[in-house]
Amino acid sequence: MSDPLDRIDERAVARQDDYGEYPIRVRGLRNAFGEQVVHDNLSLDVRKGEILGVVGGSGTGKSVLMRSIIGLQTPQEGEIEVFGRNILEADPDEIIGIRDRWGVLFQGGALFSTLTVGENIQVPLKQYYPELSPELLDEIAHYKVKLAGLPEEALGKYPSELSGGMKKRAGLARALALDPELLFLDEPTAGLDPIGAAAFDKQTEELSETLGLTVFLITHDLDTLHEICDRVAVLADNQVIAVDTVTNLMDLDHPWIQEYFKGPRGRAALTAQALDELRRAMDKPVAGEA
Amino acid sequence: MREWAEYDIHEGDGGESGAGSRIVLSGPMRVDSIGLIERDLRNYDGHLATIDISAVDDIDTVGAWIVSRLADEHDAEIEGANDTAQRLLKAVEVAEGDAKVHPDRAPLVERVLYGAGEYVQDWGKGTIGLLSFLGRIVLAFGSIIRHPRRFPMRAIVRQMELVGVNSLGIIGLMSFLIGVVIAQQGAAQLSQFGAESLTVNLVGRISLRELGVLMAAIMVAGRSGSAFAAQIGTMKLTEEIDAMRTIGISPTEKLIIPRLIACTVMMVFVGFYAAVMSIIGGAAISDLMLDLNFTSFLARVRDVVPTYDLWVLLIKAPVFGLIVALLGCYQGMQVENNAEEVGKRTTQAVVFGIFFVIVVDAIFAVFFTSVGWK
Ligand SMILES: Nc1ncnc2c1ncn2[C@@H]1O[C@H](COP(=O)(O)OP(=O)(O)O)[C@@H](O)[C@H]1O
Ligand SMILES: [Mg+2]
Repeated sequence: MSDPLDRIDERAVARQDDYGEYPIRVRGLRNAFGEQVVHDNLSLDVRKGEILGVVGGSGTGKSVLMRSIIGLQTPQEGEIEVFGRNILEADPDEIIGIRDRWGVLFQGGALFSTLTVGENIQVPLKQYYPELSPELLDEIAHYKVKLAGLPEEALGKYPSELSGGMKKRAGLARALALDPELLFLDEPTAGLDPIGAAAFDKQTEELSETLGLTVFLITHDLDTLHEICDRVAVLADNQVIAVDTVTNLMDLDHPWIQEYFKGPRGRAALTAQALDELRRAMDKPVAGEA
Repeated sequence: MREWAEYDIHEGDGGESGAGSRIVLSGPMRVDSIGLIERDLRNYDGHLATIDISAVDDIDTVGAWIVSRLADEHDAEIEGANDTAQRLLKAVEVAEGDAKVHPDRAPLVERVLYGAGEYVQDWGKGTIGLLSFLGRIVLAFGSIIRHPRRFPMRAIVRQMELVGVNSLGIIGLMSFLIGVVIAQQGAAQLSQFGAESLTVNLVGRISLRELGVLMAAIMVAGRSGSAFAAQIGTMKLTEEIDAMRTIGISPTEKLIIPRLIACTVMMVFVGFYAAVMSIIGGAAISDLMLDLNFTSFLARVRDVVPTYDLWVLLIKAPVFGLIVALLGCYQGMQVENNAEEVGKRTTQAVVFGIFFVIVVDAIFAVFFTSVGWK
């Protein structure tokens, strides 16, 4: 009993078990706060390895959906499967085995304010893998912070000494601490300057590619949707009304979707995207000649 | 069962890259499986020429980091990396820096000395800070007097409820018990001189003059002084205070003044109430254990307690209330940076609150005696 490894030795879920094509499956989800119904009969599948954008007006329940999936919010009805396990009925051991396979970046960063960034990154590692040596923990903090795109000096800083964008990145580094298969990001680029936001998007895409991550990405940022999302799920009327690529979504004639993608900001993002592609297309032959 | 990574070292079999050993890693190289071999690898003092990872069946960034660091340290070749491994090795291939992860921690002696110095400095800063805090309060009062419509009546009533009304139960019970203890212990001692009847004087006067209001102040410091510090401190952390300032609302007017007024006023009522409950406690125990019944105990109290004892209470109570509220709000406003600070400041609000209440009580005791209110 005294061996700290015991708890994890008895893990009910192997880290690399085979769960099929969908790391997340939600069926018939219902969430309500008192009279206010947030979700009703909501269903959603997230494919392995994709970056799924989740959009919807403010207050449509994007954060609540994420909280339901990661088990912070118990829904009234419905089934939620993560890595093939029904997390609403899983026993505590199973839950522990699932928790270390996902990383979460909360809307506000949610860094532990009394710990430095480096120590924040080490918290999940120490919690799950007490056998790791302090030297290795420090080394891990070093490379994770760089993976998340922070300068190394940030390691010894406290959250109160960081800018908003750096907090988000530090939160990302902590979310990546356990090498998760599944990453939840709640509005990661909200409040960042456009350059910072674009850099964050690029980072997310690269991470998803190199680490083979599945990303559940809540966002309001149209550029993010166009640039990095493989598919986009639209939340409206208490449900996921559509899941598809951005291009296909724009052909649907739901009023909110039309307004969202074809409003002034939607058009701007679209133009930027088109210009970008044009530039790339023009660059190619030139590069080929050289 | 949990799987672990394993390693095997073939001495002097460095492969084509020449002298040195060959290490063959196998099993999963993941954050959850490398814990047992990681120290061995770090402490291996031979020379590795080749790192063979073709038998590794799964790898993540932690595994890749360990391989990459090992290769770096021994200047060894990595063999048998599949696509995933190559990708991850590249991702973690970042120049190792020496930035600190943990804050510096000086040796104990140094820390203690440093701490003492800082403490003294803090007292200095604290005094200046407290003075400027008082200044701001005076200004805020002035501005409220000039704009009577800004008088925060609703907030004051709300705070009065929290500070006073909601604490009546616990303060009443505590004072009652104190009255019981004083009467019972007092009677036991006084009976040795045959002066048992003086128990009434003891309970009546000490409750009204000292213990009632003192106990009430200590309880309010614990309940409300701490709450003030924690509320205001949390609002500072979440930048609510800054938000108020930018909107043009003075946090001093909006948050501190109502608490000061409510606490000062309510302490008078709560202090008097505590004194009364303590006397009732004394009367109750004397009814049960001494030969003086409840009503005659109360009647005797009226005879033996001079009016100026009541004045003493009424003068001390608002001062105590003000001290408790001032320190609670002041400590709350000093919170910066992190959640730990909220805890520290809340503790200080209570400790200093009670400390200063007792200091001022002692000064009052000397003062009242010297003006003849003995
Ligand atoms: N703990 C809660 N108690 C009551 N209502 C809540 C709670 N959390 C969220 N809500 C409500 O649920 C709705 C969805 O919230 P949320 O998921 O945060 O929206 P968003 O899509 O902007 O992230 C909102 O109307 C919010 O008021
Ligand atoms: Mg939200």
